[in-house]
Amino acid sequence: MTGRRIGVAVAILALIAVPFVIGEVYYVNIASQILLYAIFALGLNVLVGYAGLVSLGHAGLFGVAAYVTAYLLAAGYGHLVAILAAIAAGLVVTAGFAALALRATGISFIMISLALGEIIWGLAYRWISLTNGDNGISVATRPAPFGLPLTSARGFYDATLVVFLVAVAACAIFVRSPFGAALCGTRDQPRRMNTLGYHVWMIRFWAFMFSGLLTSVAGILFVYYNEFISPQALALTASAEGLLMVISGGAGTLLGPVIGAALVVIVKNVVSAYVTRWNFVLGAIFVLIVVFMPEGLVPGSVRFWRWVTASRRPRVAATVVERESRP
Amino acid sequence: MSHKGRSSKVTRRALLAGSAAGVGAAFGRFPAPAVAQAAPFKLGLLTVKTGPLAQGGNQMEQGVLTFLKETDNMMAGRKVELVIADTGGAPAGAKTKVQELVERDRIDVLLGPLATFELYAINDYIQQQKIPTLSLAAADNLTQRQPNPYLLRASATSSQALHPMGHYAATELKFKRTLAIGEDLSFDYEEIGGYQAAFEKDGGCVVGKLWPPLVTPDYTPYIAQIADCDSVCQGFAGSNPLRFMKAYGESGLKYPVVTGWTGGDDALLKSFGDEAIGMVSCSPYSLEIPTERNQRFIDGMQKSFNVLPGFYAAGLYISCQVVEAALKAGGDTANKEKFVAALRAVSLTDTPRGPLKFDHLGNVVGSFYVRRCGTEGAKYGLKLWNKIIKTYDNVSQFWTWPEQEFLAHPVYSRDYPPLQKC
Repeated sequence: MTGRRIGVAVAILALIAVPFVIGEVYYVNIASQILLYAIFALGLNVLVGYAGLVSLGHAGLFGVAAYVTAYLLAAGYGHLVAILAAIAAGLVVTAGFAALALRATGISFIMISLALGEIIWGLAYRWISLTNGDNGISVATRPAPFGLPLTSARGFYDATLVVFLVAVAACAIFVRSPFGAALCGTRDQPRRMNTLGYHVWMIRFWAFMFSGLLTSVAGILFVYYNEFISPQALALTASAEGLLMVISGGAGTLLGPVIGAALVVIVKNVVSAYVTRWNFVLGAIFVLIVVFMPEGLVPGSVRFWRWVTASRRPRVAATVVERESRP
Repeated sequence: MSHKGRSSKVTRRALLAGSAAGVGAAFGRFPAPAVAQAAPFKLGLLTVKTGPLAQGGNQMEQGVLTFLKETDNMMAGRKVELVIADTGGAPAGAKTKVQELVERDRIDVLLGPLATFELYAINDYIQQQKIPTLSLAAADNLTQRQPNPYLLRASATSSQALHPMGHYAATELKFKRTLAIGEDLSFDYEEIGGYQAAFEKDGGCVVGKLWPPLVTPDYTPYIAQIADCDSVCQGFAGSNPLRFMKAYGESGLKYPVVTGWTGGDDALLKSFGDEAIGMVSCSPYSLEIPTERNQRFIDGMQKSFNVLPGFYAAGLYISCQVVEAALKAGGDTANKEKFVAALRAVSLTDTPRGPLKFDHLGNVVGSFYVRRCGTEGAKYGLKLWNKIIKTYDNVSQFWTWPEQEFLAHPVYSRDYPPLQKC
């Protein structure tokens, strides 16, 4: 127990120290982007990893919150109103998504979620009087919670970090709760869960709502980070990118989506400054992950670590594995 | 429960420690920017090298490189350092990349971006950071009703080339009824709005507007709607003009086609087929402009990259000329306001597109060339050639309207100017 606490404390301190270590404003901004996309990926992971429902429409939910924030700020409302309204709108749309998409599972669920995401994208793109079409909406200011302005890269990073830590903690609590266990049950054995008296649909619905909440929060951070929103942020590629973050990092793990988000953001923004064909680099990395660690970077690295330690101390490792495989 | 098994103590600690180390290592590895020794002049280029807009983006880069090769990487006696960033053709990418150029590379002047929506995405940022920017992207309002004091456009607004095109179509081609078609993007709204305003001013009438999405696999359903007109105005950009004209040719329709600079760009000539013969386009640049400077530019492009330039390349070459002229005029890059003032005061006669100057909002005033596509006069191994049939000199973004009157209207959009009954 103490070992884990020390690990958590070290990780948090390391994250707080990031701006001091790297210094450069540009890289602090990249770190902020990693954190906000990590929240997005954590939200998607609730569905993909724990509920076994692959969504290709999450950029739509992300976009609803972002657009509501931008629209209300442009209309002259305050930050608190805009943020609360954006979360409320995100949750309402999520409920609609869930009500429609949860009529199916598997491929049908993917296709329904994709269609719903495309509808939101279409509205953002075509409802020009509301969204300003592909010219997008600009946001002039960032908020200053408790009198701390977020205009600087450091300030924004710190605020994003706070939100990120809350999101990770929420996910950790969620996964360990009886509800989280029930959700994994609906993923692995929906029929048995049904027989046992669990309301499978309702469990999935609330998981979807939790996922939508995290996604909306990420959308709000995105619009404040970029101070701009346009339909490209809602496109299918954005949904697919989120899914890649989850899958490459490791679906169904707490840290997998975070590592996946870091991977995608770094390749997209930092590697692309040195390599013209950065898409190729990203593709090659995904191929390598699929070949060598099909379960994702985080579980794959753990497996690799165990393999290394097991080859050194075979008997001890064997007992560990045996203990863990028991329910 | 399998997930509980995964979150054992050993695993979690290893993961956290590993990820913390990973984050540290990932950031520690990136090189710090080199400290400038003799303070070279830093030129940032925001372009698109991946995705559907990459063809134009590559030409932009080639235009800059051709200029720098000619001047041996010098501008007004200062060494030039070029930093190129690829936005991927998305607004969020443009924002991140412009931050990279400004905050990490500390550029003095920004060239680009390519697309209108990218310029809108970074507009506030370049104002806050006071970065003098020479944009190729046309977002009309940024030099009109919402002017950005740090923005200059040595290229053209979206509608600037289509105003003379509309005038020519009405007065010399004697068209009466045009059907307009373009991508569902603000660039096309502004182009076609400009055509409509100028065309209707001189007695023509736009009978309908069709807006296929940017990525349209097949134009046939849209072309099937073209009827009840005597001419077609297409506003496509990138590689879409090629695909549209091919589908249009195959449909058997014979209405003459007019277009702006992206729709008939000289860089596309090698890829057009016979269907483009007879198409009339209006562009701020032409391969045919018979000046020594233009010849030198074309030769440079051919020698270095084995391609013929269109306006994507020419626009950036000209932007470099403007920067050089401002530096020569004593523009002090340390003082951003003074440097922007020096840039805006630039007036050049010897550019590939001919003479140009800037209006008080930072937009170019220059010549526009109406060209007819055909086989006559083709050079450089091309089968097709855009032959200049009329030149409009000193064209401003307001065309022939007084500035006040022009700015009193809303910006050209999907619904403005509205369709008239005719």
